[in-house]
Amino acid sequence: MSGTSAAAVASCLALDANAECRRIEEGIRDIVVRRLHRRGAIVGVSGGVDSAVCLALSTRALGAERVLALLMPERESSDSSSRLGEAAARSVGAPFLVEDLTAALAGIACYDRRDRAIRNVFPDYGPGWKNKIVLGGGQDGQFHHFRLVVRDPFGVEHTARLPHREYLEIVAAQNFKQRLRKATEYHHADRLNYAVVGTPNLLEYDQGFFVKNGDGSADLKPIAHLYKTQVYALARHLGLPEEICTSSPTTDTYTLAQGQDEFFFGLPYPQMDLALWSLDRGDSPEVLAARLGLGSVEAAHIYEAIVAKRQAVRYLQSPPLGLRYAP
Amino acid sequence: MDIKARVRTFILEDLLMVALPTDLADDASLRKLSILDSTGVLELVAFLEQAFGIQVKDGELLPGNLDSVDAIVSYVREKLGFQVAEPQA
Repeated sequence: MSGTSAAAVASCLALDANAECRRIEEGIRDIVVRRLHRRGAIVGVSGGVDSAVCLALSTRALGAERVLALLMPERESSDSSSRLGEAAARSVGAPFLVEDLTAALAGIACYDRRDRAIRNVFPDYGPGWKNKIVLGGGQDGQFHHFRLVVRDPFGVEHTARLPHREYLEIVAAQNFKQRLRKATEYHHADRLNYAVVGTPNLLEYDQGFFVKNGDGSADLKPIAHLYKTQVYALARHLGLPEEICTSSPTTDTYTLAQGQDEFFFGLPYPQMDLALWSLDRGDSPEVLAARLGLGSVEAAHIYEAIVAKRQAVRYLQSPPLGLRYAP
Repeated sequence: MDIKARVRTFILEDLLMVALPTDLADDASLRKLSILDSTGVLELVAFLEQAFGIQVKDGELLPGNLDSVDAIVSYVREKLGFQVAEPQA
């Protein structure tokens, strides 16, 4: 990140971490205890900063004994996910359970369905290969489009633009991961009479970076009003492990390492935060360009991409819709 | 059916899923009308490649080529003309 950009992010998105934590903790108590009448909270922890902050705030709000952290790895999770998830739980004194979802995902053919679709693009894809989807276009005025990247067992990467049908097949298969995690969270919520905490931040919620009825589903979303930059600030204030406070956001969904910026946002999160903040304030592309140290044309493309994504994600954010008439 | 009619039919029936003619202007931005998002672009490309036998290159995924009926028609005409003029391998 350029000096211009880093300074702008720091000044524009600064917050009083202590006061914000207190507000959120009171909000969690109000929702879980008084409005939902649950006895505690379930937090699925991924090893990332959002879930770690939600876990820390939930334990401060309700008491560690009334929170259960769930670690839900599967055979394609990165090695660091469970390690960091466990470190987060231990650092706040929350009890935790490990639920390995590999057998469930294999049983529902998550991996097989995805691999079949990948072989339509790369026929040699098989055991020993890895995959991810990355976002192409965007900043340079191109339409955003999705590209499939695979790495063969010899370490050679191959990439191709994803055809429409295969893109949908791969994403639909991968979404089983988030949906089975959520089903597992609700299983434990039901047996303990707890509420489920959703962990999206403002950037993810606004731009639709979640799976409907997967990680997008929850009883409360205590950090959905905070930019990612601000979530990191709370993580440091809450004293979470250093590795969590400094980690780059990943999807931990595909078998190749995949940053959230390359799959979804197209820009690193500090710049995305700043772009979203600037757009919502009504600042011109020229103002954003100055903040990010970019050209105004490029800044205008970033605004266009944000607006386009907002239109595309209405489906994800929509609750079930009934028909508005009386028979 | 000519190129414009086929493109309009695809946009109306497949992207918008309306059977009746609408007031979609030929120069209207499909992005600004929320007709074309990142998934819709893939769908449009699949249609163009299948319907007209062209190959859409990554560098051609530009609003100037795909963001309106007029733009798409010009782009397809250019691609078809280019391909006809090229000697076959």
